[in-house]
Amino acid sequence: MSKAVLDVKDLSVSFRTREGLVTAVNSISFSVGAGEVLGLVGESGSGKSVTGLAVLGLIDPPGEIDPRSSIKINERELIGLPEEKLRRVRGKDVAMIFQDPMTTLNPVLRIDTQMIEAIRAHEKISEKAARERARQALEKVGIPSADERLKAYPGQFSGGMRQRVAIATALLNRPTVLVADEPTTALDVTIQAQILSEVQQLCSETGTALVWITHDLSVVAGLADRVAVMYAGRIVEEGPVSAVLEAPIHPYAAGLIGSVPSRNKRGVPLAQIRGMTPSLTNLPPGCPFAPRCDYATDICRSTMPEPTPYEGGRAARCHHPLSAPTPAAA
Amino acid sequence: MLVYLIRRIGQSIMVVAVMATLVFLAVFAVGDPVAILASPDADQRELEAITTRLGLDRPIYEQFGIFVWNALQGDLGRSFVYAQPAVDVILQRFPATMELALAALILSILLGVPLGVIAGLKPESLLGRSIMTTSIFGFSLPNFWLGLMLILLFAVQLRWLPASGRGETVEVFGVHLSLFTWDGLRHLFLPALTLSLYKASLVIRIAQAGTREVMLQDYVRFARAKGLSYNRIVFVHVLKNMMIPVVTVLGLELGSMIAFAVVTETVFAYPGMGKLLIDSINRLDRPVIVAYLMLTVVIFVIINLVVDLLYAAIDPRVRLTESKG
Ligand SMILES: Nc1ncnc2c1ncn2[C@@H]1O[C@H](COP(=O)(O)OP(=O)(O)OP(=O)(O)O)[C@@H](O)[C@H]1O
Ligand code: SF4
Ligand SMILES: [Mg+2]
Repeated sequence: MSKAVLDVKDLSVSFRTREGLVTAVNSISFSVGAGEVLGLVGESGSGKSVTGLAVLGLIDPPGEIDPRSSIKINERELIGLPEEKLRRVRGKDVAMIFQDPMTTLNPVLRIDTQMIEAIRAHEKISEKAARERARQALEKVGIPSADERLKAYPGQFSGGMRQRVAIATALLNRPTVLVADEPTTALDVTIQAQILSEVQQLCSETGTALVWITHDLSVVAGLADRVAVMYAGRIVEEGPVSAVLEAPIHPYAAGLIGSVPSRNKRGVPLAQIRGMTPSLTNLPPGCPFAPRCDYATDICRSTMPEPTPYEGGRAARCHHPLSAPTPAAA
Repeated sequence: MLVYLIRRIGQSIMVVAVMATLVFLAVFAVGDPVAILASPDADQRELEAITTRLGLDRPIYEQFGIFVWNALQGDLGRSFVYAQPAVDVILQRFPATMELALAALILSILLGVPLGVIAGLKPESLLGRSIMTTSIFGFSLPNFWLGLMLILLFAVQLRWLPASGRGETVEVFGVHLSLFTWDGLRHLFLPALTLSLYKASLVIRIAQAGTREVMLQDYVRFARAKGLSYNRIVFVHVLKNMMIPVVTVLGLELGSMIAFAVVTETVFAYPGMGKLLIDSINRLDRPVIVAYLMLTVVIFVIINLVVDLLYAAIDPRVRLTESKG
């Protein structure tokens, strides 16, 4: 792996709610190198979006990032930075795109306004030069007659086109890291595939590290270099995509893979993970997956499994690893 | 857009026609103007002469026919009291009321929007809560009481501002305006403030709710993710979206501002259309009442039209769908 441009260590994010303190992200660590793609996978509520927002410093009260966390971009620590410094990091060093393209663009502002302001928030550059850069960015994401489209309002674009505009906007300042929070989930399948490959290509051209959040493992399979599987706020397994998909270590990861249609033999019913996502306010003392796990034993129910490294740059938290990979030498 | 405009104007004309009928019927049922205009010791012949001169002896449908025919030519009858065309009597008072309503409208925006936005950005803060609590008073205090209290405080106790009347005017394009003289502004301030407080409270509540809602939108989060400054987000992204409901409601409320002016003008003895209406009702000056009501209907209709067009101007979504349809 090349040198990490995004390095997250022991990131915890909690929300003060009426039901008590909810730790949506619980001491997770991961890193992404330049030009690398990390897939962040997990069920709804597992903490993927909160992780992404934390990287941008966009956690609002009642949420709070544990001050002992560390998020480094190009070796610069972001935790504890004052708001004005963080603002200059956002959109410049790390950008983000969101799930619903219909609502990410401001409906009452023209596209050019929304793109030019993104450039001028970080650079002293003339309106004209910024517009030219916005135009080129639109062309790059495959929007025809960009000059004209710049003057349009978001309402005049389809969902796929709006997401392209959002992607072009996010990449305007050539960020070191792009966090993509399920940007294709709301689109139909053919457009999903197009946008996926476009983003991948744009990022590899500029060496932008990509964190692709999704609950769909089949998306990650074709896209990512590495994958991190989240469950109840923790990363339960992490490793190179091919290795994890071939031989998952964690039963939850195995369950996710089993529920991907394309990987099943014809006629075999899709495997489902039984049970429900646990409530974060009321987690069991041991492994949070234990109530749903076929391999759970007493130790699982009493003791939280610690992250264990395995050979081939992998890691997982499970007392009874599947497919018995060799633990990496310490 | 043109088709839409024509359709909207057609609807407006219908509204005016229906209102004209209602107004005429309603006013016909009110009192007997002859009894008021004639001297108490007038004999039967004098009374009949007055009745004939005013056209009150004709059957009601004939009076209505004459009313409509004349109304189409801009003639809503002659004031019994002023012996002048009723429309002229109203129009002389019109600038004063419009000034009052506009001044109140501007005050309610100047007070309401900033306070509402502040309360919306920090809904949990002490300041935010205080603003919202205060706005409840603005809603519940009766207009005339508020007016009297302001007179007591600023005119009687502090002697800063005059308590009644309109003050000095200057003629601009043949219209007497008090907005451009210091004395006029001093006279205008208290009535305008009285009239505006209810609307200001309304604006505060709409602006606060609008701001809170807009702040939670994905596009605000995306704007933050782009690294925009807080000011840019609030003054461009939030304000522009939040102003849509404010403009809509205020536009519609401008009409009711003119209607509410009746009370305020009476309290401040402000010589506008509202005070004229009350005087005319007391004297059963039927043509003036009719002219006032008709003029108000027309103003309402025009305001609604203008609001729709304004709305289309700030919200591209309206513009786009209307031009397709
Ligand atoms: N503003 C908030 N207030 C309270 N709790 C929150 C808030 N935002 C997130 N959470 C908690 O964090 C948990 C994780 O949320 P997150 O949005 O990261 O899930 P996700 O993995 O992105 O799910 P999805 O696939 O549905 O987007 C939620 O279950 C919720 O309990
Ligand atoms: S630790 Fe135990 S319960 Fe948790 S996933 Fe592994 S086997 Fe299942
Ligand atoms: Mg999410």
